[in-house]
Amino acid sequence: MSAVELAGAGKVFGPVTALEDIHLTIAEGEFVSLIGPSGCGKSTLLRLVADLEQPTGGTVTVTGKPARQARLDQDYGIAFQQAGLLDWRSVAENVELPLQVHGVGRAERRARAAELLELVGLADFARSRPGELSGGMQQRVAIARALATRPKLLLMDEPFGALDEMTRERMQAELLRIAGETGAAVLFVTHSIPEAVVLSDRVVVMSPRPGRITEVVTGRRPTRDLEPDAVEDVRESPAFFQAVTAVREALRKGAAQ
Amino acid sequence: MTAPVPTPTPLSERHSRSHLVSESAVRSSVVGVVAPIVFGVALLVLWELVVRIGGLPAFLLPAPTAIAEQIGAQFPVILQTAGVTGGNALVGLVVGFLLGVLLAILAAGSRVVSDLLTPVVLAASAVPIVALAPVFTTMFGSTTEIPRRLVVTVVVTVPVFVATARGLRQVRPVHDELMVALAATRRQYTRFVRLPGAVPFVMTGLRLAAPAAVIAAIVAEYFGGLQNGLGSRISSAAANTAYARAWAFVAASIVLGLLFFLAGLLAERLVTRNRR
Repeated sequence: MSAVELAGAGKVFGPVTALEDIHLTIAEGEFVSLIGPSGCGKSTLLRLVADLEQPTGGTVTVTGKPARQARLDQDYGIAFQQAGLLDWRSVAENVELPLQVHGVGRAERRARAAELLELVGLADFARSRPGELSGGMQQRVAIARALATRPKLLLMDEPFGALDEMTRERMQAELLRIAGETGAAVLFVTHSIPEAVVLSDRVVVMSPRPGRITEVVTGRRPTRDLEPDAVEDVRESPAFFQAVTAVREALRKGAAQ
Repeated sequence: MTAPVPTPTPLSERHSRSHLVSESAVRSSVVGVVAPIVFGVALLVLWELVVRIGGLPAFLLPAPTAIAEQIGAQFPVILQTAGVTGGNALVGLVVGFLLGVLLAILAAGSRVVSDLLTPVVLAASAVPIVALAPVFTTMFGSTTEIPRRLVVTVVVTVPVFVATARGLRQVRPVHDELMVALAATRRQYTRFVRLPGAVPFVMTGLRLAAPAAVIAAIVAEYFGGLQNGLGSRISSAAANTAYARAWAFVAASIVLGLLFFLAGLLAERLVTRNRR
């Protein structure tokens, strides 16, 4: 069963065609990035998968169910560009939120939050307030929250967009490790070509007006996910630069059309 | 009596408290406390001098020393009457606060309820409470505290309702989306996001309503009913040409109002101190 399957999906907002005839299948455990200029509909595509928008054509299937059912069953976790933590809750309570919404008991919630904060390296900050954390740490809490219900699919809409370059690279390595450990498929929206290449199994290149997929480039996701240097090695390899060039050319071609 | 539209303290101001106590900060806090006290004492001295040297008649303005003497003489009565008025203000404040919050939650829960309630509550803010006081006294009789407490309740409900309703509307879009993605029910959405998010607004409403509750409780006493509170003592002292005594009760009213104001401020600070 694939994690995501879009068959001829489209989205029209009034006179604007945001997405047209999207065919995309994401396998279990696969990391797929969406890249393209502003207005190419990459965020809209992610929102269709999340059932935050409904398609005006075609079908969206998530973990073998209609997108709406997958949302109700909490089959995916989601992280936005803003961490969107609740300021009045502690870090641990923020991570517990999805479990609380779905009626998981207190003791189990506590244990799961502790486990997740360990996973994202914030075990010492469980009782802190979000306002006391840096932007990168807040985003890590948001990722822990997205993983709370053990989803098989992680949806991420430019989650590192607001971070500085150094923090961003560290977060990318963290995310790869987490994706490897949890075995979750990831659909990742980004503006950054190197980010898309280093993280992904496949980079989906999109073009605007109307938003559609123009090319799919093989990414350079490190196979040795769990080793700390793996990501650094990839960033310095010739294959990485080749893939970056391939994505850049695909983007240019899309823009020229 | 119209309530100003409340806004919580901006985030930047809440942040600005520095943990480093520098010498200049100490100096400025000393100046901040000492200066108004010195200024207040100077005003009292000036007042005393104007009354004595200018030979002002007592009905125009009694001297501070005469008022202080009355405060001393009437102290047990002042305490007792302040207790009655303060009690009325407190009961009305609590009931009005709960009512305001409850109505705002109801209004936020459904469009229909909101369209029905909001104009009614806002219209209540346009009702001059002085107009209600004699009517309530007639309705409930003059041997009960209920009319005064009702007046206070009406005065308190409006700003708390407005503040809470505004707070409930201030949901960040990212929180909105998150709750949809989490497939939260409407009730969970209110409980986990809207209500806690509205708390700083609610507390601001409470802070504004607290001193207004005292004003309403005192003014309501001017319109008959039991003669056991500060307001009725002020009016009866003034009617009996005991001007210094009237001013002694006025002074007690000011202290009572300040107490409510400070309690409201403290409650707001305590509840919102853990937030960004």
